[in-house]
Amino acid sequence: MTSSIAGGVDCDLHPAVPHLTSLLPYLNDYWRDQVTTRGMVDLVSQSYPPNSPISARPDWRPAQGKPGSRLPDMQMQALDPFKVAYGICNPLFGVQMVFSEDMADAFCRALNDWLAREWLDKDERLRGSIVIPVQSVEKSVAEIERCAADKRFVQVLMLVMGDMPLGKRTWWPIYAAAERLGLPIGIHAGSSYHNPPTSVGWGSYHIEDYVAQAQAFQTQLTSLIVEGVFARHPRLKMVMLESGFTWLPPFLWRLHKFWRGIRMETPWVDRAPLEIVRSNIRFSLQPVDAPPDPSILNRLFDHMQSDELLLFSTDYPHWQFDGNEVLPEGLSSDLVRKIMIDNPYATYGRLTQPVLKETTP
Amino acid sequence: MNVQFRDVSEQATSVNASKATKTAIKTAIADCDIHPARASKTELYPFMARRWHVHLETYDRHPYQGMMEGPPYPKAQPNASRRDAYPPEGGLQGSSLSFMQQQHLDPNNVVLGVLNPLATGQGIRNLDLAAAICSAINDWQIEKWTGRDSRLKGSIVVANEDSAAAAAEIRKRAGDPNFVQVLLLSRNIEPLGRRRYWPIYAAAEEAGLPVGVHAFGFGGNPITASGWPSFYIEEMVGHSQCQQTDLASLVLEGVFERHPKLKMIMIEAGFGWAPSLCWRLDKVWQRLKSEVPDVKRPPSDYIRDHIWWTTQPMEDPERRDDLFDVIDWIGWDKLLFATDYPHWDYDEPTRVLPAGVSDANRDAFYLGNARKVYGLS
Repeated sequence: MTSSIAGGVDCDLHPAVPHLTSLLPYLNDYWRDQVTTRGMVDLVSQSYPPNSPISARPDWRPAQGKPGSRLPDMQMQALDPFKVAYGICNPLFGVQMVFSEDMADAFCRALNDWLAREWLDKDERLRGSIVIPVQSVEKSVAEIERCAADKRFVQVLMLVMGDMPLGKRTWWPIYAAAERLGLPIGIHAGSSYHNPPTSVGWGSYHIEDYVAQAQAFQTQLTSLIVEGVFARHPRLKMVMLESGFTWLPPFLWRLHKFWRGIRMETPWVDRAPLEIVRSNIRFSLQPVDAPPDPSILNRLFDHMQSDELLLFSTDYPHWQFDGNEVLPEGLSSDLVRKIMIDNPYATYGRLTQPVLKETTP
Repeated sequence: MNVQFRDVSEQATSVNASKATKTAIKTAIADCDIHPARASKTELYPFMARRWHVHLETYDRHPYQGMMEGPPYPKAQPNASRRDAYPPEGGLQGSSLSFMQQQHLDPNNVVLGVLNPLATGQGIRNLDLAAAICSAINDWQIEKWTGRDSRLKGSIVVANEDSAAAAAEIRKRAGDPNFVQVLLLSRNIEPLGRRRYWPIYAAAEEAGLPVGVHAFGFGGNPITASGWPSFYIEEMVGHSQCQQTDLASLVLEGVFERHPKLKMIMIEAGFGWAPSLCWRLDKVWQRLKSEVPDVKRPPSDYIRDHIWWTTQPMEDPERRDDLFDVIDWIGWDKLLFATDYPHWDYDEPTRVLPAGVSDANRDAFYLGNARKVYGLS
């Protein structure tokens, strides 16, 4: 096992909204009334069925309620044992699934306020992601601007599967706002289920949906690169969350080959895909889709041709590793420092590295 | 990669390059992905009932896409094919046997060429028309190609969304030495492991024929899980994601548990993604196996036992050792060389494999694996 070091940043924590009704105090009269009068049900996405083994590690599963719904659990199970300086909260409450942009907007505002009051206010290590109503680009931009005033919000959060590929120009005002405000765009596994969860239709099983997240990240990365998002927004960082990363090198070989062959179709892509990934894209550490053999893992890191791409994450409370084995075996101490400290701080401009107190005699 | 996109320096006729070409001419190879085309719209008519001639003239093919003719993502080259591959007698690239022999089979010493006809009945919404076109294509392959050049072998194309008709077509052709595989495309109405396709696998296993899954197809699903992208390059790169998903579906639905002798070949969608997919599948299966009790072994076991990959478009990382790592993880016995002739992203046999490969692996890659998987050794 590779030991973690103190002072890192956990870039993927999932605090759970206990129930839609938990947001009632953060909704206005109209929406409070809508939720109660219409008997609206909780917004739980089937990307993470609460009782599915991947949705919570067995020893992280609370006696009652949703995994990840209690701050003391998160402190005891993730923040304290890995001695992180910061933990970034990425709520996966299913606001992306609703079809009404007005409803989505109301729920997102409530969700972001709930996160600030119920989590960020209560543990100074915690930072937040702004969940946006992707059903409307205009409302998303407004919500980014509203939340960005609170400097504890350090990124904007979207899901990897939605209505349209993420490189499409329609989305660009969101990216412009994020770049202007120094917020990376976090793209997390999960779907609005507005399209089939795979590019060949609806599979039969939950396990297929989960496996397919990796393919969805691949198609989104193609879209983001070839549409020219980073030519237009060179300072914008995007972070692929719970994406897996071992698929990246062969994916880039393929994209690079076709880019060489048909770059006349997208002439604004004036740098090789690998260079664009190096300057603008990051990946969370967990899940590590690789065999436990450190020699293979180190070959994979070598294939990535950069030690700056990975950001430490536990993916709490999802079940990606057991015990304290959050870092795979065989990582050098330099790489551990990059993954846990240097890379996250370089990515999240709003995080300031705490001055380590040296004990002087 | 098409030679016309190569750097000038690479094209320079150095001593080494000409040596390599000469060596390759001596080496017999299999090409597991050749695309034969029709010279005219009516070329299939002799193999179809008259009813369908009239139907096609009146209503055309009515596929799962909007364009009456051609693809909604315009190709990089006319008909997605090399500009130097137009036959002298006219017609589309790939539509002349004599020119294919002269341009490709003879100079590259192709001793086994597997035909993968595209634009068949696959992805046509009218299932009777789909079956009629597929059956006609199968007759046409014998008449125009395999019956005239014994190096060429055909693929049984089938009405993919009508598995009863598809299985009947496979049984009709079983044992015919003109055919070496059943051909499906990767994009269908549903992922390929779903039950609607199971009779196809049963018939193929019974006939002792591998099932090839070629990139492409039409099932009406957007080529990403977030809807339709903008560009041709996204479709081209996206084929590998479609293939990954199909493969996951086949394994997780228990297809290989049910059909222990079934072999499948992933055609023209790359192979570099296979190790990462296997690791992800194995890891997630450890967590979620209670959902899929028909999957008895780690998913990578089934993939190791049942799946082969054609090479084109060959992954070519900057550093050859990266490529060799990936092939070591997959197995040198699992790759089947293919050029994709006459398509524009053709892989040139003499340039595809970097130096530093053992003779045994090189022979397996270019010919031995193909002979084995197609049962032609």
